[in-house]
Amino acid sequence: MPEHTIPPAHWLLGRITWDSIPMAHEPIVLWTFIAVVLGGLVVVAALFKFRLWGPLWRDWFCSIDHKRIGIMYMVLGLVMFLRGFADAAMMRLQQSMAFGENMGYLPPHHYDQIFTAHGVIMIFFVAMPFVTGLMNYLVPLQIGARDVSFPFLNNFSFWMTTGGAVLVMLSLFLGEFSTAGWLALSNLGAQDPGVGLDYYIWGLQVAGVGTTLSGINLIVTIIKMRAPGMQLMKMPVFSWTALCTNALIVATFPILTAALVLMSLDRYAGTNFFTNDLGGNSMLYVNLIWIWGHPEVYILVLPAFGVFSEVVATFSRKRLFGYTSMVYATVCITVLSYLVWLHHFFTMGSGATVNTFFGITTMIISIPTGAKIFNWLFTMYKGRIRFELPMLWTVGFMVTFAIGGMTGVLLAVPPADFVLHNSLFLIAHFHNVIIGGVVFAVFAGINYWFPKAFGYRLDDFWGRCSFWFWLVGFWVAFTPLYILGLMGVTRRVNHFEDPSLQIWFVIAACGAALIALGIASFLIQLAVSYARREQLRDVTGDPWDARTLEWATSSPPPQYNFAFTPVAHEIDAWWDMKKHGYQRPLSGFVPIHMPANTGAGVVIAGLSTLFGFAMIWHMWPLAIASFAATVLASIIHTFNYQRDYHIPAAEVAATEEARTQQLAAAHV
Amino acid sequence: MSDTHTLPAGAAALAARQYHLAHEPHPENGTSLGFWLYLMSDCLIFAVLFATYGVLGRNYAGGPTGAELFDLKLVAINTAFLLLSSITFGFAMLSKQQRDVRGTLAWLAVTGLLGLAFLAVELYEFAHLLHEGAGPQRSAFLSSFFTLVGTHGLHVTFGTIWLVTLMIQIGKHGLIPENTRRLNCLSMFWHFLDVVWIGVFTFVYLMGVL
Repeated sequence: MPEHTIPPAHWLLGRITWDSIPMAHEPIVLWTFIAVVLGGLVVVAALFKFRLWGPLWRDWFCSIDHKRIGIMYMVLGLVMFLRGFADAAMMRLQQSMAFGENMGYLPPHHYDQIFTAHGVIMIFFVAMPFVTGLMNYLVPLQIGARDVSFPFLNNFSFWMTTGGAVLVMLSLFLGEFSTAGWLALSNLGAQDPGVGLDYYIWGLQVAGVGTTLSGINLIVTIIKMRAPGMQLMKMPVFSWTALCTNALIVATFPILTAALVLMSLDRYAGTNFFTNDLGGNSMLYVNLIWIWGHPEVYILVLPAFGVFSEVVATFSRKRLFGYTSMVYATVCITVLSYLVWLHHFFTMGSGATVNTFFGITTMIISIPTGAKIFNWLFTMYKGRIRFELPMLWTVGFMVTFAIGGMTGVLLAVPPADFVLHNSLFLIAHFHNVIIGGVVFAVFAGINYWFPKAFGYRLDDFWGRCSFWFWLVGFWVAFTPLYILGLMGVTRRVNHFEDPSLQIWFVIAACGAALIALGIASFLIQLAVSYARREQLRDVTGDPWDARTLEWATSSPPPQYNFAFTPVAHEIDAWWDMKKHGYQRPLSGFVPIHMPANTGAGVVIAGLSTLFGFAMIWHMWPLAIASFAATVLASIIHTFNYQRDYHIPAAEVAATEEARTQQLAAAHV
Repeated sequence: MSDTHTLPAGAAALAARQYHLAHEPHPENGTSLGFWLYLMSDCLIFAVLFATYGVLGRNYAGGPTGAELFDLKLVAINTAFLLLSSITFGFAMLSKQQRDVRGTLAWLAVTGLLGLAFLAVELYEFAHLLHEGAGPQRSAFLSSFFTLVGTHGLHVTFGTIWLVTLMIQIGKHGLIPENTRRLNCLSMFWHFLDVVWIGVFTFVYLMGVL
């Protein structure tokens, strides 16, 4: 049947026509486009004016320094976060006004694209880059390494992730985005002829390669490159959660890749995997995508738990309560997360036995999670707590996440799920855990580690504004959705008939406005902190009196991280060093072996993205050419055998001497 | 849980505590672990394709079945090609151990030729099926069959491209550490494809004609 799903296309330009440019008939898109073009021109002009193209290319785009790549991931996450939030705000506005006669301002087709884009962007291009960025920056520092195991691969992974983000953003101005929801309903997959779903497929495929490779990279880094003396059970908890998360990435992203390949074959080659006839089975897709999709939320939340573990120990001035149980809880969650996927579709009709199994495994997962909450509480118990910004976010998380977790256990009960499935209750639940867990952790992490990355703290006042707007805004925005969900309102609806529901949507929109203020406060916080950076300066490298190795070096750390490879003796290696009056060595420096920068990652990822673009628009000659070029560029890259160099001992000595001067000037 | 530190046996033990290495350590190379992890992730892709075949493999939709389509003799020859190529790759590795560049290259060439023979037979089989009207669009069974077998074939294709590239690099630089490391990886890749093929041969072809 799918012979006619693909309309005839131009041999070179494929499906692109003048109609592919939605600005002509969508004023919202037109204004967004104008704003983006103007903003882009300002940035480009500034880069020319200050002659920053060279440094940007050499020191950042080609950089294989895990710290710079980590920062670039965070920037990518932040940019995409603004886009994803704009989508959310548009949905809240539409739902608060579209009642009865009023159809709102977003036609259904546009609204469908927006909720799909919101979900896809927030998970793949906001949460993932944020989490990967934190892991990239911190793991090598925490384990006392100079970089990751495969530094070039790290750079390549970042650019693949960015390539996927570029494709998704491009859909805004050229063609359209998917309307099939963030996981793509598969039977739409074979039949929907539009380019939206193809943008979805290729955006995720390109980014997915990057994520899988970065997962492999960080696992090997953690297994092979820990400092001497740092056995696994002495590793900082954040690094432990990173290890488990990356294990999950490697164990699940290939499943996403395969599921999307099968859907692409249905769309491009007319196969019958998920079709409704000739033996296809669309529930197969739902199973496959959730076998990836459920572990994915743990991929996001485990590093979040790691961040809170570091923060709570530092700001309670105590070692983490129950380190061992924390590690085991993390590993339990890792394993269990693979055994619960079916709870996303209890209503499929697998029967009571299957639903019971998955209901029980889902409930069991709350036990290790609960153990973690108690560990954090007991760490705070009788601690000398300082309510600095990271700690505020952590306490906000504990309250918010615990409630979100409990509504999750409600949904784990199959009979209850039959009532709440696909309702706004579900929407409220997962925002409760993802905002309360992952987003709060990202803000805690940024506030905690920003001084490490840039050498000055973030402004306290605007940070507090941001926290309170977010916390209050979250509850104002999502409590109404719990209530509406219990009343049976389903998700993804762009117009309502019952006027009695409207007040709840108006309240939710007010909550979204508060969150917008929280985001604005965060941006102001960044700007104000930059302006006040001299007052907020920290030269010690350890502004919070913290416990793990990343605080043992200067802020920002030198390119080589540690002049001498540290030796760990206890769980909180840096705390142990401080307790024993460790003095930083001032002489005897040796040359340090480092990987060399390269532009190959940008080139290969750029060609892959071009290939994705050509496939989306059915530009077959370009697709063949760009694919061949990708393979060729990869092969050429393997002919480069000069991939490293030594930082001379004199240069290390000079860098360290500069720090000695700096410390002396600050009388530390 | 206060912060009092449990001090080790005595001040002497403390003084002996070393907090950094005076010399640059040489961390173990992670390539082989990393490549294993990659292979396992690839293994999961095959796992999904096998599972898909398991679910859809009997959905003939009124079309031809495996018993009607598969020519076991042809597949047996193909299996022989691939298994032989694993043996010859083993010989290449033995030559590498003896630092014999020419022997290594010769056995790699034989391996590559066997890989190409395998691909040629597979392409012939696919062309034959298409000619009979049993293409991947015909039924879910054929969709999953072509995808599973075709994905394996694509892997062999890329393995062959890699093999040729590596032969050029060994010819150029000899058996330097970088090249032996790459050869070890390719060897694992090649044997991995062999193992996957044994699964394909068993579950798709042998069980398909039952």
